[in-house]
Amino acid sequence: MLRAPDNVQTLTEERLTTEYLPAAERVARLDGKAIIEVRNFSSYYGSFRALHDVSFQIPERKITALIGPSGCGKSTLLRCINRMNDLVPSFHGEGEMLYHGLDLYAKDVDPVEVRRRIGMVFQKPNPFPKSIYENIAFGPRVNGMKVNMAELVESSLRRAALWDDVKDKLKQSGLALSGGQQQRLCIARALATQPEIILMDEPCSALDPIATLKIEDLMRELAKDYTIVIVTHNMQQAARVADYTAFLMMRPDRAGELVEFSDTDSLFTTPKDKRTEDYITGRFG
Amino acid sequence: MTRELFEKKLREMQEDVLIMGSMVEKAVQRSIDSLRTRDTALSNTVVNDDVAINKKRYEIEEKCIHTIALQGPMAADLRIVVAILFISNELERMADHAEGIARINLMLGEEPLTGPIGDIMLMGEKAAGMLRSSLTAFVERDDAAARRICDEDDEVDALYDASYRALIQEIIRTPQDIERVTYLIWTCHNLERIADRVTNICERVIFMVTGELEEINVSRY
Amino acid sequence: MALHSDYLTPSSPTTLRATGSVARRQAVSRLSRYVLLAATLSGVAVLVYLGYETIAKGWDRLSWGFLTSYPSRFAERAGLRSSILGSAWILGTTVILAIPIAIGTAVWIEEFAPRNKLLTIVKLNLANLAGVPSIIYGILGLAVFVRLMGLGPSILAGALTLTLMILPMTVIASQEAIRQVPPSIREGALALGATRWQTVRHHVIPGAMPGIMTGMILAVSRAAGETAALIMIGAFTFISFDNTGLSPTDSPPFVTPPPLGDDFTTVPVQIYNWTIRPQEAFRENAAAAIIVLMVAILSLNLVAAVIRERFRRHD
Repeated sequence: MLRAPDNVQTLTEERLTTEYLPAAERVARLDGKAIIEVRNFSSYYGSFRALHDVSFQIPERKITALIGPSGCGKSTLLRCINRMNDLVPSFHGEGEMLYHGLDLYAKDVDPVEVRRRIGMVFQKPNPFPKSIYENIAFGPRVNGMKVNMAELVESSLRRAALWDDVKDKLKQSGLALSGGQQQRLCIARALATQPEIILMDEPCSALDPIATLKIEDLMRELAKDYTIVIVTHNMQQAARVADYTAFLMMRPDRAGELVEFSDTDSLFTTPKDKRTEDYITGRFG
Repeated sequence: MTRELFEKKLREMQEDVLIMGSMVEKAVQRSIDSLRTRDTALSNTVVNDDVAINKKRYEIEEKCIHTIALQGPMAADLRIVVAILFISNELERMADHAEGIARINLMLGEEPLTGPIGDIMLMGEKAAGMLRSSLTAFVERDDAAARRICDEDDEVDALYDASYRALIQEIIRTPQDIERVTYLIWTCHNLERIADRVTNICERVIFMVTGELEEINVSRY
Repeated sequence: MALHSDYLTPSSPTTLRATGSVARRQAVSRLSRYVLLAATLSGVAVLVYLGYETIAKGWDRLSWGFLTSYPSRFAERAGLRSSILGSAWILGTTVILAIPIAIGTAVWIEEFAPRNKLLTIVKLNLANLAGVPSIIYGILGLAVFVRLMGLGPSILAGALTLTLMILPMTVIASQEAIRQVPPSIREGALALGATRWQTVRHHVIPGAMPGIMTGMILAVSRAAGETAALIMIGAFTFISFDNTGLSPTDSPPFVTPPPLGDDFTTVPVQIYNWTIRPQEAFRENAAAAIIVLMVAILSLNLVAAVIRERFRRHD
């Protein structure tokens, strides 16, 4: 009588590679235009390398997810895109990160200019301790945008699927909202500066499952007009929401690197790299 | 090793498939044996055992559904679970065909058999052999072997062609035996179907290993 | 052999009342509450006693006349008029000088300064300065403001000295308040394309205001009661005019607009002066003056608390 193999993983061992795939194969071709091109990008905090030679493209008006175990550098990579890592004094980046063909890390680039165009939503909702109206108006105001503020506030709240909830209480403090609403307020706030790209750093990890699903629906809605890049440690979320997924891992020297990047379907059903397979199926060692 | 419980469940499900496979293989073997030796008792056994096979299939299906819902299998794990789901379905259909052959044997009564019995038996042996090989390929994750098994289906189809023509000749020669010969034609058909379903199993094995779904052998029937 | 022990939990208890070690531990816990209460009360008791003594002594002396009369050789006619005005002027000036300098310093240290060795030295020194006795500030003020800068023993010199004195504690309190503003707020603002200054101006400083105000009020209360430093500056103990800028005064050659250039006295200095006089009557005056000072400081704290609440509710 035949017996099933003791280690189910014999399925994958011969088939998959344990060698690092060459960059050209590691990264799937995009279906459409790329809005951000990362080329041999490494980042350092002082002499410690946090990201090692990352290269891939972020497609326009799609949702791209960055997944990987803790410490793999996915948040670091995300924050490199809108120059938020500049806040850490010892940080510097090498290589190229092109946005519409312009290098975000060129010498004369002003981070403030970048951040208007590339917005960010954080893990824990962080509305300002001001009114809902003021929260949204802050971004356009400090950027000197000459707009009809009331209209802009309304359209931002509508796009964040929050208008109906708060239209009668714009003067109320942003902190009086529930967690999920606060996060949508932060999204509306980011939308108000008319960005092209919205970066989201684990936007749902502090929220309950229902709020999470609402934000995921919102993401898909927003992806029609904006490019979205999301870091998530929840693989199911990446599987549900993202069009493309990048898998990062920590190297022995503690730097993070890109192991595989492809469309979400392929990555989750037939990954090319064994390390991706191990991570996705939850088998480590 | 992380996910020990999940690994254990996967192993269990695969063993269930093997158990069910061997039950079906036995059913096929017995059905053609009973036809050859005109053993009505054996035919009855086949018919009765089909209940157990159906039950096993539902057991496997339930385990698969539970695993998908609770364990969230991904990548290779997901392909394994989906493959198991389909393979158990194919096995159950094969068992139905074997049961069909056993019933035919019961309906043929005590009369001796005439016609291309040798070819029919050969078809049966080949079909049972293919099933056995396909289960081995499943366990060993051997997609090359799976492809080879599909090629064997051509031989079974050729035997079916020959048998069919011979049986038609029988009808023309002895039209009063038309009922009996028709039963034999059905038997051939069942055996051809069994072999064809084995190729379906092989397709699933290839999918399990490579992630690609291909139609291997388009049946001519 | 049956095992009986406090450590083994019986399979089903017969009672859930506290027994054995549980009862002992609970007793200790209850006792600790009373011990701590006693410690608190002892401190409070001393304060209450002092307050009672003072009020008993000075209550009768309080009157409108007391508040509006100038000091005098005669205890019955001596009053707090000039010292109240002097205190008001000097504290007001101190606050106007101290607030921007303190906030500016704290903001610079926490938000803008490069994180290098110099900053560490600055922060270390600030902490040290907070512990320097006030009379040293008085000597410093005398040398620099009164003599070197030629301001004379004026309100301005006194205010500058007091500003220096309260600067370390207000800067440290403001630093704390600024640090309390969560980094997530700053990140949020910067991620929207705000510059560092915009972030500080619109979010950090308003967010830190309650803490800054608290620190400022505590410091001003401290300054309100300051005696030694001002005596060093040269606060007169016998001022018989109002610092309103209308009375004749020896204006120093340095062009300081009156009343900042005036000679002055303050309530604590006046209290000091009365307490060292031999006559008992003057000590009654002193007690009354203490009551006035206490009431003033308490009202200041009340106002500050209100301001703090307004800042908090505004958001």
